Amino acid sequence: MPVEIYLNVAASGLLTGLVYGLMALGLSVIFGVVRVVNFAHGEMMTLAMFLTLVLFNALKLDPLVLLVPVAAVMFALGYLMQAGLINPFINRPEHSQFMLLVAIALILVNVQLIVFGPDAQGIRTRYSFDSFKLGPLVIDASKVYAAGAALVVAAALFAFFRFTLLGKAIRACADNYDGARVVGLNVKRLYALTFGIGSACVGAAGAMLMVVSDVTPAIGPAYTLLAFVIVITGGLGSMPGALLGGLLIGVTEALGGVLFTPSAKSMFAFALLVLVLLFRPQGILGRRET
Amino acid sequence: MIARLLEGVPRRGLVALGALLLLLLAFPAFASGYLLSVGFLILYFAFVGQAWNIMMGFAGQLSLGHSLYVGLGAYAAAALYVHFGISPWIGLGASVGIAMLAGAVLGFLAFRFGVAGVYFAILTIAFAEFARIGFDHFSWVQGSSGFFLPVANYATNDLWNLRGSPRMFYYLMLAMSVAAFVACHALLRSRMGYYWQAIRESPEAAQALGVNVFRYKMAAVVISAAMTSLAGVVFAFYYNNLFPEQIFHISRSIELILGPIIGGIGTLVGPLVGALLLTGLAEGMREVMLQLGVEVPGVKQVFYGICLLLVVMFLPHGVWPPLARRLGLERGAGGRGGH
Repeated sequence: MPVEIYLNVAASGLLTGLVYGLMALGLSVIFGVVRVVNFAHGEMMTLAMFLTLVLFNALKLDPLVLLVPVAAVMFALGYLMQAGLINPFINRPEHSQFMLLVAIALILVNVQLIVFGPDAQGIRTRYSFDSFKLGPLVIDASKVYAAGAALVVAAALFAFFRFTLLGKAIRACADNYDGARVVGLNVKRLYALTFGIGSACVGAAGAMLMVVSDVTPAIGPAYTLLAFVIVITGGLGSMPGALLGGLLIGVTEALGGVLFTPSAKSMFAFALLVLVLLFRPQGILGRRET
Repeated sequence: MIARLLEGVPRRGLVALGALLLLLLAFPAFASGYLLSVGFLILYFAFVGQAWNIMMGFAGQLSLGHSLYVGLGAYAAAALYVHFGISPWIGLGASVGIAMLAGAVLGFLAFRFGVAGVYFAILTIAFAEFARIGFDHFSWVQGSSGFFLPVANYATNDLWNLRGSPRMFYYLMLAMSVAAFVACHALLRSRMGYYWQAIRESPEAAQALGVNVFRYKMAAVVISAAMTSLAGVVFAFYYNNLFPEQIFHISRSIELILGPIIGGIGTLVGPLVGALLLTGLAEGMREVMLQLGVEVPGVKQVFYGICLLLVVMFLPHGVWPPLARRLGLERGAGGRGGH
């Protein structure tokens, strides 16, 4: 096969990887602050995708515009989940939190199955078949738009945590739970906000992914795993790590799909996960906890 | 031997267990085909729940990928039977061996490199998913198009080749569940069982006391894997068809841990109580829905999810420990419920 094919595939993997990275960013933000592993992440992702689908069919707006209302709805859902269900579990053992989220995931995926049915559904935008030419590369326009939107949202998130007072307060909670309480921060509310923000990332990523991919309820657990693989590869709790992990996994899967068969592509992501877990368990950009 | 096993078990508990066993033995006499299949499922989940419980409940290692061992066990015995006509009673040697090997590789990588907690759980999922995709492309067992066993003739029971009626499978599963119960009871009281519980409560303290934490965690994974693979063998010969998408799927791993979690992690009776409650209620609900003429896929799983949610929120130790206290059976329940 000519080299151009690999380049094309790698470029398209990079772009999809950015969207994956944004989804994983949500997981990473939640874990970094609340210290709870959101096992329902992929199920929330498919929920966001279905929301985009429903809104698209009703309003005929571009999914990248729908990103805003979808992210808002997901923010509210995440906020309520943390405030109502997860906050009481903050001091429970890890496996207990994990099972709570397993339960939520199980409910979410099957409610979606009941409501939306098992079939794959997608949407068609007016730029679905457009592409850009860049030297030897031919790149889908929809992937470029989705990746661009992912970058914008990620940049906004970085700015939020870096420059706003609320962002600083949330980082304070992440750094020192007791210290944050001593200076008078309402930690539980900030946790709920954080879970909301992480969910909004998922919402935005879901709307973008709808531009380039179909959705079925059954794919939820696969997205959960994908998000885990990405954040563990990049470093759980590290925000740049999540984006980097997304890019890496995006390219790995894309190339794996070409070199072998597309249906075996996730094996490469898992192989990468195992390697990272064994040789750099804190992730590429993560810090080792003491 | 028997006297040692019975030591410390309260008489009320023994009577209750004996009554339960009699009930289970007599069940096929008054149960129809459908009810018998529900009974089989309950015993199946009680057995795999018991096996999972060794890892999580006894040694404190959360596995969310136990479908790996079910699948490996099922495929190994089924492939040997279909390709070479080898009886599953011999084939299960391969099943157990392969599952133990898989468990040992996973355990070695995880424990040697300090992969713990959530990371460990993710690693177990990754192994199961890896196997799922791998078997999708494994042409010796027909890949993703599914592996089929010749359909059984229900008229005669051929125990040697596991070809026969649901009733035969019910009694086989019952025998396995009883054996698993007794074995777990013995394990929990063995030296290793106490080491496991020490590791579960505090690995550092166990290490400081000279317990070889690595070795006993490995033992927990390998024993649990071996037991789980046996359930896989029965699964293959009972259902006569295997699809990687189904048998290795993560939802299978989740389904399998619901029983012991709802019943009570670390208790001996918990997996059985959990399986009884969950499968019994879910099948009952399905029956009611069929009567009402509604058939929506996913309702059962939503029900499982709600049960799990309620139990982890309000009964963090499961249903059995408080129930056992109420019935005055708490000693001998073992594990967390015991103290």
